[in-house]
Amino acid sequence: MYYVGLVSEYLKNYAKTRLTYRADFWIEVISDLMFQITNLIFIFVVFMHTPTLAGWTRDEMVFVYGYFMIPYGIFSCFFNMWGFSERYIVKGEMDRILTRPAHNLFQILLENVDPPSIIGSFVGAILMITAGSQLGIDFGALDILLLLIMIVGSVLIYFGIYTALTSISFYSDAPTGILPLVWNIQNYGRYPLTIYNRFIQVLLTWILPFAFVGIVPASRFLEDKGMEQMALLTPVVGIIAFTIGLTMWNVGVKRYRGAGS
Amino acid sequence: MRFLMMLAYRVNYYSGILIYTLNIGVYYFTWQAIYGSQETLAGFTVEQMTTYIAVSWMARAFYFNNLDQEISREIRDGSVAIQFIRPYNYILVKMMQGFGEGIFRLLLFMGPGMILACILFPVQLPTDPKLWLVFAWMLFMSFLINSQINIITGLTAFFIENNQGMMRLKRVIVDLFSGVIVPISFFPGWLITLNEWLPFQAITYLPSSVFTGRIPDGELLGVLAIQLIWFAVLIVPIMLLWRAARQRLFVQGG
Repeated sequence: MYYVGLVSEYLKNYAKTRLTYRADFWIEVISDLMFQITNLIFIFVVFMHTPTLAGWTRDEMVFVYGYFMIPYGIFSCFFNMWGFSERYIVKGEMDRILTRPAHNLFQILLENVDPPSIIGSFVGAILMITAGSQLGIDFGALDILLLLIMIVGSVLIYFGIYTALTSISFYSDAPTGILPLVWNIQNYGRYPLTIYNRFIQVLLTWILPFAFVGIVPASRFLEDKGMEQMALLTPVVGIIAFTIGLTMWNVGVKRYRGAGS
Repeated sequence: MRFLMMLAYRVNYYSGILIYTLNIGVYYFTWQAIYGSQETLAGFTVEQMTTYIAVSWMARAFYFNNLDQEISREIRDGSVAIQFIRPYNYILVKMMQGFGEGIFRLLLFMGPGMILACILFPVQLPTDPKLWLVFAWMLFMSFLINSQINIITGLTAFFIENNQGMMRLKRVIVDLFSGVIVPISFFPGWLITLNEWLPFQAITYLPSSVFTGRIPDGELLGVLAIQLIWFAVLIVPIMLLWRAARQRLFVQGG
């Protein structure tokens, strides 16, 4: 309950600071969407030249992309720690965070919420519904429940992976280029796994489980994709990734000694 | 100077090469699947496509720069005011800085990245030395045109207080219409026609097409001319923007 109250307080604060520059909000929304549109255009252009991609039709790919956008939007709304090392460790803002009673990671996440990103999730949902109706998929109540669980699982995977990577800044003070690297690997998760070679398949499934933020859970709702069983693992993988991330974070915070002088 | 600055961040450098390789990888595998059993699509064979992707991304590694971000930052924090009273041309200086960065990127990003890409993917480089020479020149022109577009976007900060959106929009448009993501010949007809009237194809599509041997010798001069014309044409808006900016400089928070 205490945490729920905090969320609303932080959001109110966010609204106050952002309303000064009203236009910025929409600029951010639109430019966020532009990146997604590029990927959609890629899908559409490609399917003008080929009926299927490794056995997937255009509508199926759009459906998968729609799913991909939902957890991604939620994740990027609540996770904006790309400058964590610089802001909190080098400048020592972590000291301020640690003196407060709420969990430190929770505070940092809320300080950096980015509500415009969540619009992407809605666009993703619309894409899923449109492509889904083209494909003749009807969602029963049970499917929707399953979908929600999958989305939570995928969001947890994102959180787990990026929390773990961000917490590296507690262990080493060199600026790491690993975050953008992993961010780019994430793009591999949108396409059917079978197009990659064995090494990438294993990497995407078991090491950096980005297969579970797009193609795998989405295939649960499509027919004959051979991943229906694997899709059910999404929440499990999510919980595992999240636990690893949070543990690395908590251990890392204990090592934090404050900045310099 | 810029060269040394970039050398200081070595970790970023290694991950930069890997990121470009990863990007080549995702498109390589996707295109392989798209071709499936088909021999050619939109005039590209599978082999040409692989080479095209690798060359285009690595060319991007060279010509890419953040001049737009830098210029608009200097405009917003007001340091551009000092540039006005200095006895040199601000835009030329920016261009040279960008070129310094470009040389760095060429030697340490594009070179090693290309070698890595050739090892990992079946890239076929042309054997004709003339093509290499022409490509090198076209790449230089790509850099100029891309930097000009960046400068134009950056200068809009004089007129729009927050041009973040403009800059992102520009980035998406350049990536999409320059042909890095999809070769232009894959677009529907009306988009191809539209692109013939836009400068973006001169950045990636034309040089990479030449390098993959898709342009017959007879048309080579025409392609070179397109780049030159765009370079000349783009000088005009830069001059106009710069002149107009002097008239109405107001510094935020100044």
